[in-house]
Amino acid sequence: MPEKAPILEVQDLNVHYGGIHAIKGLSFDVREGEIVSLIGANGAGKTSTLRAISGIIPYTGTIKLLGRPLTGLQPHEIVKLGVAHSPEGRGVFPNLTVLENLEMGAYIRRDREGIRRDLEHCFELFPRLKERISQKAGTLSGGEQQMLAISRALMTKPSLLMLDEPSLGLAPLVVAQIFEIIKKVNKEGMTILLVEQNARMALEISHRAYVVETGKITLSGAGSTLLHDRRVIESYLGA
Amino acid sequence: MTSRMLKSWLSPLIAFVGMLVIGVVLDQFFNQYVQLIILFACTNIILALSLNLVNGFTGQFSIGHAVFMAIGAYVSAYLSLRPEIFGVKFTMFPEAIDYLNYLVYAVCGGLVAAAAGWVVGLPSLRLRGDYLAIVTLGFSEIIRVILLNTQAVGGARGLFGIPRPDALALGPLTLSPFLVMYVLASFWVVLTFLVLWRLIHSVHGRAFLSVREDEIAAQAMGINTTQVKVRAFVISSFFAGVAGSIFAHSANYLNPSTFGFTKSVDVIIMIVLGGMGSLSGSVVAALFITFLPEFVLRPLQEYTHIDFRMVIYSITLVLFMVLRPKGLFGSREISDIARSLRGERSADERAS
Repeated sequence: MPEKAPILEVQDLNVHYGGIHAIKGLSFDVREGEIVSLIGANGAGKTSTLRAISGIIPYTGTIKLLGRPLTGLQPHEIVKLGVAHSPEGRGVFPNLTVLENLEMGAYIRRDREGIRRDLEHCFELFPRLKERISQKAGTLSGGEQQMLAISRALMTKPSLLMLDEPSLGLAPLVVAQIFEIIKKVNKEGMTILLVEQNARMALEISHRAYVVETGKITLSGAGSTLLHDRRVIESYLGA
Repeated sequence: MTSRMLKSWLSPLIAFVGMLVIGVVLDQFFNQYVQLIILFACTNIILALSLNLVNGFTGQFSIGHAVFMAIGAYVSAYLSLRPEIFGVKFTMFPEAIDYLNYLVYAVCGGLVAAAAGWVVGLPSLRLRGDYLAIVTLGFSEIIRVILLNTQAVGGARGLFGIPRPDALALGPLTLSPFLVMYVLASFWVVLTFLVLWRLIHSVHGRAFLSVREDEIAAQAMGINTTQVKVRAFVISSFFAGVAGSIFAHSANYLNPSTFGFTKSVDVIIMIVLGGMGSLSGSVVAALFITFLPEFVLRPLQEYTHIDFRMVIYSITLVLFMVLRPKGLFGSREISDIARSLRGERSADERAS
């Protein structure tokens, strides 16, 4: 497979929380049309990595989107450049309706026609959301909220979609559904950076993956390769 | 001029006319004391509405709202007492249309308050959490102490003889000074409600709500959360300044102690009681909080000769919070409640 252009390049990323060196020189990239996963245990630094990319937390090192450095940009500016972040714990707006949540996703856009089309598309991906269109997001089930969070991120019309633990707190059946949709969205051309503790699910749908341990990348490769890697099996997949 | 436009202006117009009718009744049948309380009620409604934008809709916590009222009140009063400031005549309209001057004073008071809101808000709203509470509390004390020690505005004695609008001759009719002041106050009440209502139901308003709901997610939607919070705070400060102006020209006397921490807390009580995030709730609660001590508890005290006003007042508040922890209306509006009373179920109820 010929190497596609990198959408996201992260070089030597370092994040400090007070005196704690949480991320120690992380480097990876995400290429066009890929699903790339960061897998690892709790506290490995996966979420911090996404937050650094989104500009929510300060960092040192370089993060480039489509060759353009994101250093020093505010979170809302980074969204405008095409990075969508579906935050950990879903972060839907509980007192806004499903439709209002999705409209907030399109906050930065002014192309009415495109917004309407993308809204239709979200409802095609998640018919459940259409059924609940005027319901407050806080009253949705966990799975539905996750669907909403992903749709809302898609509504920003990103060139990179970052998903933080989409399987968190969901029933296995719902997780499988969500991952099917992630795969589908990717098939339609969306580049995805996925952060997951559920390593098996993540590796199964990922083109490439990085294993993060205490702020460092310890292993990387194709998703299917890592799925059969002895070390990954022992640490993350169970026997 | 479509029917839709007509419809959107209809409710504020009806509200304004309704208030005018009440004003005429007050003017004819009630004494000056009651009239003054009504003007204070208008002030409190504007204060509660504007604070609700920050605390209720944007999810921040300001506990110094009275300071912006104070700034508006003092600026407005000062302008009305001086013929000329920095070579500018703020009393620019002739006596016959004297009431327009009071609009000018109110706008000036509001603008200075808004500027103060911007100065205070910009640094403290960049941060998440309780910084705004601390800064607004500190700022309101600073301004209060400055007012207390500035002889130009009367210092501790306060500012006396603040003018009221003159009686207004409209053909055969003559509006009393109270009625003119009341019309001005009603105008600002309706305008505040209208502006905030429109704002909250616009795209910008959604941004306010999303900051309240989840600030990180709001950022992830491309919302400049600092800018949104500052915007809400500045708008809120403006209307608090206007409220101060109405207060100044209603009371005709200003004293720094009026604008202490207690006043700020009063406004917070109003919005909590009415429901954080409900404009109509703020109006109802502001009326309730203004009227309860004056029209219920004071007569009760005169009748029984026991001063337990504050005891009943506190018990009432505690009972309210026990029985309706989200306030009278929660985050709903009076129109939602009317709808559900008519038997139409709202979206929330369908959900459960």
